[in-house]
Amino acid sequence: MKGRHWLAERGVDRVLLLLVPGLVFVVGLFAYPVLYGLQLSFQPKEGGGFFENYVRFFADPYLRDTIWITLRLALPAALINVVASVPVAYRLRGRVRGKRFLTTVLVVPITLGTVLTAEGLIGYLGPVGWFNKILLGIGLIDEPLRLVHNYWGVLFSLIITGFPFAFLLTLSYLSGIDPSLEKAAATLGADWWRRFRYVTLPLLAPGLAITFCLTFVLAFSVFPSAYLVGLPQGETRVISIAAYESAFRDSDYPLGSAIAMIMAVVMVVVVGLVLLWRSTLYRGATGGKG
Amino acid sequence: MSDGFASLRMENVRRVFGEQTALRGLDLSISGGEFVALLGPSGCGKSTALNCLAGLLPLSGGQIFLDERRIDLLPPERRDFGMVFQNYALFPHMSVRRNVGFGLVMRRVARGERERRVEQALRLVRLTDHAHKFPAQLSGGQQQRVAIARAIVVEPRVVLMDEPLSNLDAALRLEMRTEIRRLHQELGLTTVYVTHDQEEALALADRLVVLREGEVQQIGTPEEVYASPANRYVAGFMGYRNVIPAAVSAVAGGGVVVRAAGALLRGVAQGGVGGGVDVVVAVRPSDVAVGEGENALRGVVEIVEYHGREQAVQVRLDDGTAFHVRTGTRLAPGDPVALTVPAQRVLVFAS
Repeated sequence: MKGRHWLAERGVDRVLLLLVPGLVFVVGLFAYPVLYGLQLSFQPKEGGGFFENYVRFFADPYLRDTIWITLRLALPAALINVVASVPVAYRLRGRVRGKRFLTTVLVVPITLGTVLTAEGLIGYLGPVGWFNKILLGIGLIDEPLRLVHNYWGVLFSLIITGFPFAFLLTLSYLSGIDPSLEKAAATLGADWWRRFRYVTLPLLAPGLAITFCLTFVLAFSVFPSAYLVGLPQGETRVISIAAYESAFRDSDYPLGSAIAMIMAVVMVVVVGLVLLWRSTLYRGATGGKG
Repeated sequence: MSDGFASLRMENVRRVFGEQTALRGLDLSISGGEFVALLGPSGCGKSTALNCLAGLLPLSGGQIFLDERRIDLLPPERRDFGMVFQNYALFPHMSVRRNVGFGLVMRRVARGERERRVEQALRLVRLTDHAHKFPAQLSGGQQQRVAIARAIVVEPRVVLMDEPLSNLDAALRLEMRTEIRRLHQELGLTTVYVTHDQEEALALADRLVVLREGEVQQIGTPEEVYASPANRYVAGFMGYRNVIPAAVSAVAGGGVVVRAAGALLRGVAQGGVGGGVDVVVAVRPSDVAVGEGENALRGVVEIVEYHGREQAVQVRLDDGTAFHVRTGTRLAPGDPVALTVPAQRVLVFAS
């Protein structure tokens, strides 16, 4: 008889109801808008074929190039964030004096928001900011370096806001690795670099792949800092600006939707490639008992 | 055996964790080829001592010497000590073969020689057929053997073992115990073995070091520690399960008469025991006989556990003390019994 035991065996019980709120949100706030946008993108405002918006996007260099511009920002930003987070997290793994203080300091940028970060960047790295004043003062340069309102400003901003995420994720992945593995490696004659290279890094790599994906996705949808510390009509005209302008300045919702879809596809492709690489790594337990 | 050494000495080694003192001046000398067990309850400092030896914990004081060379300032990777961890600490992303070969790779041993030694070590722990597997695919006992092979393949000066059997089930524990003893007899590697299990320590070691709260209680051969524990704590640890308070009523030579549990008992004084002093008597359950005679205690059987040839019996003595007995005599709860202990098996300690 297919009774309650039969259902319980397959995980069907009243606890399943806990999924309802999440499901409502996913369907209402994610699945529906995405599908709505998708079908909208196939109904060009000016008429034309089914794929007219996509054809327009790839025919117009001013639109098409935003993919490259955004990738040129998001990929290095994600990579730098991951690479920079590893040594810091590695040093702070386990029990370290002042760990909470340092972690707090490193995570504060999350709470600042893009606007405050941008203001800070302009004040610090701008033509009359401290950084340039110091370099001018010690005679290292003759005229101020241009570090904001261009590519570099946005990249710095992405690093400042993305690093805390990368750091927290890396730290938690590192904490998941049994510390006795490194001790074992040490007693077997491995110095710190080889302990890291042969034991910690291989076990951490899958986590770094995930960290890279998440910080990349964050950076790829950059919008405010591309305006505030970038050159929104030039070298930091990122893809989200193109989508925004189409949809809200030109009131061309279908084209805006099409650009949003292209944006999603690019992210999925990059994330997919990273996950493909990740699948070639060891991904089992990272505890001592294997 | 690798380059022999005469002695490994810990001199006044101290280790403090914040407010807590884990080791209070440990002095210990280990000769080359010896198997020494550090024995004690959890928190006694035995693992701390091992980690200090391995270089995984810095000392708070004292020094460690290998012959005349001071080694306590060397990092673990330069001490050339092999270590077997309680949780094995196998590298989960490496095959058994690569795990075992890791130490040789770190020592830049040439490939041919490395492969030969790995195969030899795997043969020694009987894991040749599992060389290609990953740790997660092995049973606990097999993982343990990999951990041992990995530690000994580099022919370390000293092998350190931190409760290597405590994660195994009872049957496997016995089997691995024999295995460890066999490896020590075959290879003659100096071994320091940490355990809280007195049976394990007695079975394996040439010499026992009993620790309590960071202090050495007794150092001696298994026979010495088993037969004449230095104090009541060592006695309690060595299977003298009955430790009951008593008062000295007469002293004559090595013999002493005490009043304990409402009876007069003759026993052997261990260390200085004067008249009128508070003492404890320690008696092993297996040294107690059921029946009338000299040195008798009286009580009522309370709990009986069946252990095959013997029963483990808890007797409630007349004064209310619980007393443990192992006996072949069949008893049932509620039976009144008389118990006798030979005078030389009643140990009297200062309390």
